[in-house]
Amino acid sequence: MKLKLILPLLLFVVLVGFLGKGLFLNPREVPSPLIGKPAPTFEAPVLGDSSKTFYTEEMKGKVWLLNMWASWCVACREEHPLLVEMRKHDIPLYGLAYKDVETNALAVLESMGDPYITTANDADGTIGIDYGVYGVPETYVIDKKGIIRYKQIGPITPEALRDTILPLLKELAV
Amino acid sequence: MIRNLSLVLLLAFATSSFTNEIVTDSRIDARLRQLSTELRCLVCQNSTLADSDAPLAQDLRREIRKLMEAGKTDEEIVAYLVERYGDFVTFRPPVNASTALLWFGPFIMLIIGAITLVIVLKKRAAILTSKENAS
Amino acid sequence: MNPVIGHYALILALFVAALQAALPLAGLSKNNEKLFAFAAPMARIQSALIIFSFLILTYAFYANDFSVYYVAVTSNSHLPLIFRLAAVWGGHEGSMLFWVTILAVWTLAVTFFAKELPLRFRSSLLAVMGLLTVGFLMFILFTSNPFDRIFPAPFDGRDLNPLLQDPGMVFHPPLLYMGYVGFSVAFAFAIAALLDGRLDVTWARWTRPWTTAAWVFLTLGIALGSRWAYYELGWGGWWFWDAVENASFMPWLIGTALIHSLAVTEKRDAFKAWTVLLSICAFSLSLLGTFLVRSGVLTSVHAFATDPSRGLFILLFLVVVIGGALTLFALRAQSVGLGEKFDLVSRESFLLSNNLVLFTATASVLLGTLYPLLIDAMGMGKISVGPPYFDTVFVAIMVPGIFLMGIGPIASWKKASVPDLASKLKWALGISIISALLVPSVMGRLSPMIFVGLLMAFWVISSVLVAIKTRLKAIPGNDVVKKFKTFGPAFNGMLLAHFGLAIFIIGVTMVKGYEQEYDITMHSGETTVINGYDFTFKGTLPVTGPNYKSKQGQFYVTKDGKEIDLLTPEKRYYPVQGAVMTEASISINPVRDIYISLGEELEEGGWSIRIYFKPFVQWIWLGCLLMGLGGLLTMVDKRYRLKKKVTNNESAAT
Repeated sequence: MKLKLILPLLLFVVLVGFLGKGLFLNPREVPSPLIGKPAPTFEAPVLGDSSKTFYTEEMKGKVWLLNMWASWCVACREEHPLLVEMRKHDIPLYGLAYKDVETNALAVLESMGDPYITTANDADGTIGIDYGVYGVPETYVIDKKGIIRYKQIGPITPEALRDTILPLLKELAV
Repeated sequence: MIRNLSLVLLLAFATSSFTNEIVTDSRIDARLRQLSTELRCLVCQNSTLADSDAPLAQDLRREIRKLMEAGKTDEEIVAYLVERYGDFVTFRPPVNASTALLWFGPFIMLIIGAITLVIVLKKRAAILTSKENAS
Repeated sequence: MNPVIGHYALILALFVAALQAALPLAGLSKNNEKLFAFAAPMARIQSALIIFSFLILTYAFYANDFSVYYVAVTSNSHLPLIFRLAAVWGGHEGSMLFWVTILAVWTLAVTFFAKELPLRFRSSLLAVMGLLTVGFLMFILFTSNPFDRIFPAPFDGRDLNPLLQDPGMVFHPPLLYMGYVGFSVAFAFAIAALLDGRLDVTWARWTRPWTTAAWVFLTLGIALGSRWAYYELGWGGWWFWDAVENASFMPWLIGTALIHSLAVTEKRDAFKAWTVLLSICAFSLSLLGTFLVRSGVLTSVHAFATDPSRGLFILLFLVVVIGGALTLFALRAQSVGLGEKFDLVSRESFLLSNNLVLFTATASVLLGTLYPLLIDAMGMGKISVGPPYFDTVFVAIMVPGIFLMGIGPIASWKKASVPDLASKLKWALGISIISALLVPSVMGRLSPMIFVGLLMAFWVISSVLVAIKTRLKAIPGNDVVKKFKTFGPAFNGMLLAHFGLAIFIIGVTMVKGYEQEYDITMHSGETTVINGYDFTFKGTLPVTGPNYKSKQGQFYVTKDGKEIDLLTPEKRYYPVQGAVMTEASISINPVRDIYISLGEELEEGGWSIRIYFKPFVQWIWLGCLLMGLGGLLTMVDKRYRLKKKVTNNESAAT
């Protein structure tokens, strides 16, 4: 049998392979190009107390999580109880109120509990842009050297916490 | 090209009777619009940054405008966005090893195809001619 | 009327279609002639059942039967009747039923109009179409049943997406599907030829009108979709290289190649295997498009509700149909003789070069569409491939093709002389270059893109004129009118279609080269002057539609004191879905469109407004219409008229 007659079939098989694989991917998810790169530094007023400032520089030498959220974000509310739980287990959680009205954000923390060690206020969203935020909630795991090691797109799920974040935190704590 | 048109527009406005103002430098307006059509809105992922009204799109257009006013080139601005959002954000795929097939494949295919076609046609004509001569 | 009978009709149709496929195929393998006779009756019964089922679903929409889940999510009692009916194909399940209904229509057409084919061949055709019908019916019945019920029935429906509430929705999908699905006939012709072991000029002659018919529908369907997007979406864009647009464009490109390839095969009994392969490819691309749109594998504004399990089913279907066809091709498409001789420079070669260009262009579109998936599947990250890629690569590939298109119709069959062609065309080239420089100088700006685009368009037009002149000269005598009458629909159709493409290219080039956009803010009573036109904004009027409320802007457009138009763009609010929609208002003119859309309402009654000037934009769709008409014309050539049974040694007309 001539090669040129089989060629179309072979190409088709390769195509089907890719299409099949494609069924299990999510074309809408945007992975972060910042993984493995230094977390963008910023200084921002603390939510609720603009006389105080939060500096990312101060976080050098510590392992920490930065959780971007907003009061207008429904998925963030769904995630919130898990964050409160995480805080109870001493997970170093810091918040970034993304494009939020300060009073609304504070109201959420008041009524649902404040899981954050500190929350920075990113009222106009420029810090979020530096981090490549496109849909809150998003959470970054940052190591002692200030390198981003992991990004959770969307709410942290119990599975993601158990299978990825906790092991990673353990590894980085050393 | 749109740059030139915008200058014409500016002149037209300057010499005509109208009562609204154009607030910013229209050259940057035009450049912003052109560049935004090549960028993806990450929220409404099927819209360009130019067409989308999503809050993030508005924020990004604002940031791009700032960068343009600060003198950055289009390439630098795209690089700024790609640094934060990855290659996904630009509709113009980068030219690198992994996209070489994409950018150059069709041209190579055309050239190889043309050569193949010529060879096949010549061979065919030769065979048929010799058959003619034989009979 | 209980909609469940629609469901039962489909189940029955499935069994009958299975017979339509199995019996003739059994007849082929066992060489039992009697089994062939079953094909047409089974085909007609099954098609009638499917059409009946479609009518049942349509009736459910007409009667606002919200106990049918699909009606409840796609329609609403306040939706105007015409859109309630068009909503039948507004969602995934209904559009799949529509797909298989159109397949039934083409199946019926084959049983009625293909009578001159030998019984054995016609039955093989119908068997293949029966297999396709079986596959689609199984997909519908197992994963996408439009007749699923919901109890208790909701009080009212979720409404059709406001973007779809437009006359475009009435015509675009039917035309598109007639084209898309119509390539199944060419596909069936190819498979039947492979099964039969018969591949000759008569096969090519039979296939051609069916292929052209599907191509005409697809041309008009794509053009209508593009024009609809232009006035509907509010920013005057008409093509986005979106995955679903590409999914309809690729079959069109290969269909065009196929029509030209069939000409070579019919004329010279040559390149038969290649033509068969193209026939398989055209329909395969249609099926691939169906997969891409419904599987969730690519992001697209057009994509239906996505579901990976449905995607898997379609993928399996693709594997069986396309894999089966290509396997049959590999096994059966040996060289059946080279056919007749033609030179390296000849019309035949030019036709084949058309194939090369179109095939490569299709490959570039396919590559661009699938590349993000390829990269992601290999874990190499996520990229986007959009207009900057396609506009560069696709156009670059097509330009040499269009250049050759100017020469092909002038070249003689079998043997053409280069000096002869050059002397015939040198004036054409000169005039094209001059015109391509003249127009920009009138418009006030020149760029490489504009020059190349206009050059190609004028080149094609000039070559059409040269083709006419050459043909006239070749006929002895002086009666020009009599000579024109001898041209015949095939030749005229070809000229018209090529001319149509030139018009299309002019439209695209002029719009892309010279369009202007103005973002301004206006308050009621203000006048803005742009390009010599005065735009006076007189505020907005409240308008109530059948299922929406809107604010309609009033823009009086005058030029040099003369009234040009009253443009009334709207901001519409559709309460059922809570959606806000922009309706643009356009002043149409042969040489320019003025396009206004409302942005946001600002404080103190001001509005942000976008005004576009789009030179020659309507030529884009006029060109497509002419291409479609050209194709239609070629079908009425007397070669293809219904004949009585043909003998095997009848050769193609010159």
